[in-house]
Amino acid sequence: MRNKDEFNLIISGVGGQGLITLLKILAEAAMAEGFDVKTSELHGLSQRGGSVGVHLRFGKKIFSPLVSREKADLILVLEKNETLKNCYFASRKKTIFLINNFQIDSASFRGLKLPEDKEILKILKKFSQKAIFIEASKICKEKIGKEILAGIFMLGIAVYHKFLPLKPESVLKAIKKIIPKEYLKMNEKAFQLAKFSFLPQN
Amino acid sequence: MEEILSKKTGKKIILLGNEAIVRGALEAGVQFVSTYPGTPASEIGDTFYKLFKQQKTNFYFEFSTNEKVALEAGVGASFSGLKTLVAMKYFGLNVCSDSLMPFLYTGSKGPTVIVVADDPSCHSSAQSEQNSRFYSHLAHIPTLEPSDPQECKDFLKLGFELSEKFKIPVLIRTTTRVAHQRAPVKLSTLSRNVLVKGKFVKDPKKFVTMPPRVLEQKKELFEKIRKIKKFSERSKINKINRDPISINQVGIITSGVSYLYVKEALREFNLSLPILKLGFFYPLAEEKIKNFIKKLKKVLVVEELEPLLEREIQRFAKDVNPKLQIFGKNVLPEVGEIRPEYVFEAVARLTGKKVKIKKLKLPEFPRRLPSLCPGCPYWLVFSAVKKVAPKNTIFGGDIGCYMLAGFPPHNIQDYLSCMGSSIGIGHGIKKAAGQKLIAFIGDSTFFHAGIPALINCLVNKSNPLIIVMDNQTTAMTGHQPHPGRVIKIEDVVKACGVKNLKVIDPIKIRELEETIKKFLEKREVSVIVARRRCIFVK
Repeated sequence: MRNKDEFNLIISGVGGQGLITLLKILAEAAMAEGFDVKTSELHGLSQRGGSVGVHLRFGKKIFSPLVSREKADLILVLEKNETLKNCYFASRKKTIFLINNFQIDSASFRGLKLPEDKEILKILKKFSQKAIFIEASKICKEKIGKEILAGIFMLGIAVYHKFLPLKPESVLKAIKKIIPKEYLKMNEKAFQLAKFSFLPQN
Repeated sequence: MEEILSKKTGKKIILLGNEAIVRGALEAGVQFVSTYPGTPASEIGDTFYKLFKQQKTNFYFEFSTNEKVALEAGVGASFSGLKTLVAMKYFGLNVCSDSLMPFLYTGSKGPTVIVVADDPSCHSSAQSEQNSRFYSHLAHIPTLEPSDPQECKDFLKLGFELSEKFKIPVLIRTTTRVAHQRAPVKLSTLSRNVLVKGKFVKDPKKFVTMPPRVLEQKKELFEKIRKIKKFSERSKINKINRDPISINQVGIITSGVSYLYVKEALREFNLSLPILKLGFFYPLAEEKIKNFIKKLKKVLVVEELEPLLEREIQRFAKDVNPKLQIFGKNVLPEVGEIRPEYVFEAVARLTGKKVKIKKLKLPEFPRRLPSLCPGCPYWLVFSAVKKVAPKNTIFGGDIGCYMLAGFPPHNIQDYLSCMGSSIGIGHGIKKAAGQKLIAFIGDSTFFHAGIPALINCLVNKSNPLIIVMDNQTTAMTGHQPHPGRVIKIEDVVKACGVKNLKVIDPIKIRELEETIKKFLEKREVSVIVARRRCIFVK
């Protein structure tokens, strides 16, 4: 693992996209692989359709539950308008952005000009080593009929394409542990779908 | 959820800080739990409630009407000899402070722990950014500050032990980054949970705080605190990390989540400075601190919000090391939470290290404010109000999902303060200014603190229109049940003597609009109970 035996992940999105579930899965997987792990999350008002950013760190020994400024290794963005707010945690040296090409409208966006994909990528050049847009919601909708699985699919992309140093088996095992039985199959499917998905080069 | 009841002693499982508090209580053999939900403390009650419903464990649990009642229920249980836990967020400690002060005078009988969760940066809190550690001094309540989930569990148990030994309630103070921190926790043995029925044994000398006895009780309290201070001096939770090779002229004193940022900072710079980590906030281990600072040239105090540790350390330094340079709020913020990088910078300044972080200008991004869920019945109420309320109508907000009235697209919130205050403040505005006024209040909030304010409108004759936003749950904090399951809001309103009262399903938008128009013309207080269930509650 890079950066002094620790890995810093941020998952960013909108309340209701299942960010805390993703954190729980990764925390279990990291612990199963023998890492120390910590997460930090937000509950309550901030969840009501607002911006949510949650942190996960794992490695040999982890103290802070929060990722420090410019220290994120990977930033998973589940809603693309949330992308740029994460630049605080990003650096050109190492940060990889995986961005779900998906939008959730908000009343607070009225009258605002939302940044175009090209513009986002241009800005991220200063803040990331690599930034990739992924059609996660679209693919999950087409293949499984559920947009909400985009998060799990993105996790799959991160794991199978080695942006996240955890083994697919341990993540799958953790999915089994965390996801309620009635939703398990579709979640496993979404995760494994990522194995055969190609990434666009940009 | 099942894992929290795991009997595998020594096993590590991942727990949220709040869940670790529950596990600690179960290991200690808690018998009585009361709470009112509030972020970031809600999962304590939620977890107990789930276990209570599953009946796999044996303790009494209740969601009380408000935090004052929750604490009083806990006091009663403690007086009856039960091991008791009361949990709340920091505003809740304000609500129950009236009952807290005398509880320290009487002391506890059954061991009692009160958990309070602060929210530096107000991630999930309107109202104020409060440092509840002030209460430790005000109430003279022994206070422990855990840093992570493991300590949440361990300190909770220690709290019960202290309470048992010294017959005094103990406060565990967490913050958002501790309560909502997830990490592996090593399990100890669960207590055999047999609900022992308590017994109240009459003892007026202990349980009655009447003068002149009350001043004797104060002396007894101070005596307990003196003893606990000795305990604190020897306690392992006030620990010094001193590396034999460390630079011994610069030290750090810290507590709570800040400790984790300090450890992170020292690793970042490959530094080895002595750290005194204080698990006890009150009473402070004065001698231990004095010994720690005696030979230092500089000390950095890392704590969130107001500099309570720093002030004490300034005082101690006058005795033992007047030349000591004390750094704290001159290098760290007093408003908002501390983040690890702030500590990196503070440590760098203290030790002459250079911080390499090149600060790029951060880009602008579209700000997304929280909003009502699609399908939420509150949309209907807000749109009806906006349509028919005359211009210049004043809109009073209160604590719950409906405070989103203040954000687009609604923008109908002219004041917002604390639980129940939409009515209380509304009455004052009505008396003082007389303008048309609509006070919004949620169902759980109405029971929590709205009823006395409603009675005040009737007794002292004001005529706001109160709209009870009855979605039949405590939605914002995670859909906990409330008294509305047993008591009808309209029955309470009627019993208070309100004549203009209507219960309306807001889907009947025309009826709602007409009623708002009509009630705004009334000369006495009027109440609409807008009843439609939250979409997440079956």
